[in-house]
Amino acid sequence: MAPILQIQHLSIDFLQYDRGTHRRRLSVIRDLCLTVEPGQVVAVVGASGSGKSLLAHAVLDILPYNSHMEGEILYDGAPLTHARAAALRGREIALVPQGVTYLDPLMKVGPQLRRGRRDPETAARCRAALERYGLGPEVEDLYPFELSGGMARRVLIASAVVDQPRLIIADEPTPGLDLKAAGRILGHFRELAQEGAGILLITHDLELALTVADRVAVFYAGETIEEADAGDFSRPDRLRHPFTRALWSAMPEHGFSPIPGAQPYPGTAETGCPFADQCARCGEACRAAGSIPLEPFQGGLVRCLRPGEEDAV
Amino acid sequence: MKHRLRFAAKKLLRMLLLLLGVSAVTFALMSASPLDPLQTNVGQVALGSMSPEQVAKLEAYWGVGTPPLERYLGWLWDLLHGDFGISLLYRQPVLEIVGQRLATSLGLLFFAWILSGVLGLVLGAVAGATRGRLPDKLIRGYCLLISSTPAFWLALLLLLIFSVWLGWLPSGLAVPIGVAADAVTLADRLRHAVLPALTLSITGVANIALHTREKLVDVLESDYVLFARARGESSLSIVLRHGLRNVALPAVTLQFASISEIIGGSVLVEQVFSYPGLGQAAVTAGLGSDLPLLLGVTVITAAIVFAGNLIADLLYGAIDPKIRRGAARS
Repeated sequence: MAPILQIQHLSIDFLQYDRGTHRRRLSVIRDLCLTVEPGQVVAVVGASGSGKSLLAHAVLDILPYNSHMEGEILYDGAPLTHARAAALRGREIALVPQGVTYLDPLMKVGPQLRRGRRDPETAARCRAALERYGLGPEVEDLYPFELSGGMARRVLIASAVVDQPRLIIADEPTPGLDLKAAGRILGHFRELAQEGAGILLITHDLELALTVADRVAVFYAGETIEEADAGDFSRPDRLRHPFTRALWSAMPEHGFSPIPGAQPYPGTAETGCPFADQCARCGEACRAAGSIPLEPFQGGLVRCLRPGEEDAV
Repeated sequence: MKHRLRFAAKKLLRMLLLLLGVSAVTFALMSASPLDPLQTNVGQVALGSMSPEQVAKLEAYWGVGTPPLERYLGWLWDLLHGDFGISLLYRQPVLEIVGQRLATSLGLLFFAWILSGVLGLVLGAVAGATRGRLPDKLIRGYCLLISSTPAFWLALLLLLIFSVWLGWLPSGLAVPIGVAADAVTLADRLRHAVLPALTLSITGVANIALHTREKLVDVLESDYVLFARARGESSLSIVLRHGLRNVALPAVTLQFASISEIIGGSVLVEQVFSYPGLGQAAVTAGLGSDLPLLLGVTVITAAIVFAGNLIADLLYGAIDPKIRRGAARS
């Protein structure tokens, strides 16, 4: 099936002022590649501060004014230009944001979902969207501060399905929810995928992502370092990148064993593999290489010079 | 309901304490003033030609020999009985004078208050919505310029341009000179109020516009505006639907807090335009050692300013859904 979203070699920089008028370029996302097909849930998993949210903003063309984007984003086979993004966002491409702070605190839920439109058809669709997630018409008359955490999350999902979106970008839709509630929310996304939408699920929670995703892209220091089928996570030797393996071993059911060190802040890694300092397989070539390409390996994609090798230790 | 009553009682107590403090400070400042009421109001020459009995009588009238604390307590005691005293300069009850002056000033103050509020809000919103671009730079530059300009200087400038050079508007007073009181038309009064009101508005605008701009910039950087953009709302719709709504609350506070600035500004501006309003009465009373009048003017303006802030608090409860719905539930 033709992919609904293709992101090719996406890089995002920020122009930052430090020490007075001296400007510097802060690279947050580097050479990111990702594909989402209709009916698929693709999870982007990465630590906080790795630039995941910016990925969502880039697709919606709502990056901050001091940022600069390179690379190509294809939606439905054609480049997603500014004009196209402006026409599609909120209609075919929907964002489900993190939490209740994304709702206007002084506007009731109903008018907020209707986006200023007053025709009965819109009203009916909003009501249906809320109903779908078990929220009655009385919710339309509530202010955001009157919603519970779970309700707010469902309102945000409902806001995405008022129109029939073909691509839904969910940016950390579950923090602060208990496992059961989070599972239910992710179930809603699975359901939307079954109806034919492509879902880009951005999260820091690999364990939760694996319960719902078809494919998983692992994010490290602003790069995708591996794209794998969710099934690959059933056995560590099918994982290609040492960081993905480390993530796997850090999951509670696999021994909870962490690796030392932390990922570099965006803009600090200049050349070579950003994971070098934490990697057990790291060799001379890894540090010397300019930038390591994302290449196919055993049915997935990996950004590593020595993929799949056993760890040196 | 109980909550509301407690709120009202607390505010009332606070107002009484405030008025007590304001009157005490005013009195203390007057007592410490180096001005000798006799020399100021009677004059050195006239005093020299008077007999000691006459001087003693005048001293008693101006309260020179009486200990300050006794005078203050005496004034306070009368006030508690609803008596603001009699002006020493005008020989009329203080309440009557303040009433007349307030009636003259009120239109001026109200016009300046509304104009600066509306204009400030509009300019601030435009600047915030076009942050960093030309309209923002122009508005910000204008506001900073006006903020650093003294009100009386601006008044002199307007006076120079519109009444001296262009001759469009009268240079002072509230009514034309040499016209019988009942022959003065409303148009006359308006013409005389235009320049002082304009001065007050121009100075009031800067503060409100800069605050509104700052708040709108915050709102436009918020998560919910980002989400509104992600949902395809246009920039104009975002400013109108989300921006103004969230700026409204601080704007109300600002608008009512600006009453004090308008009244404060009117003291200087009325002086420049010889406008016989409350501000001018305050200056006359202060320089002429007319203690009852000065205390009366201060206490009444303080009460007006307090009432303004109280109205802002009450409106907040009516506008902000968090307070409105929260209070309804408790």
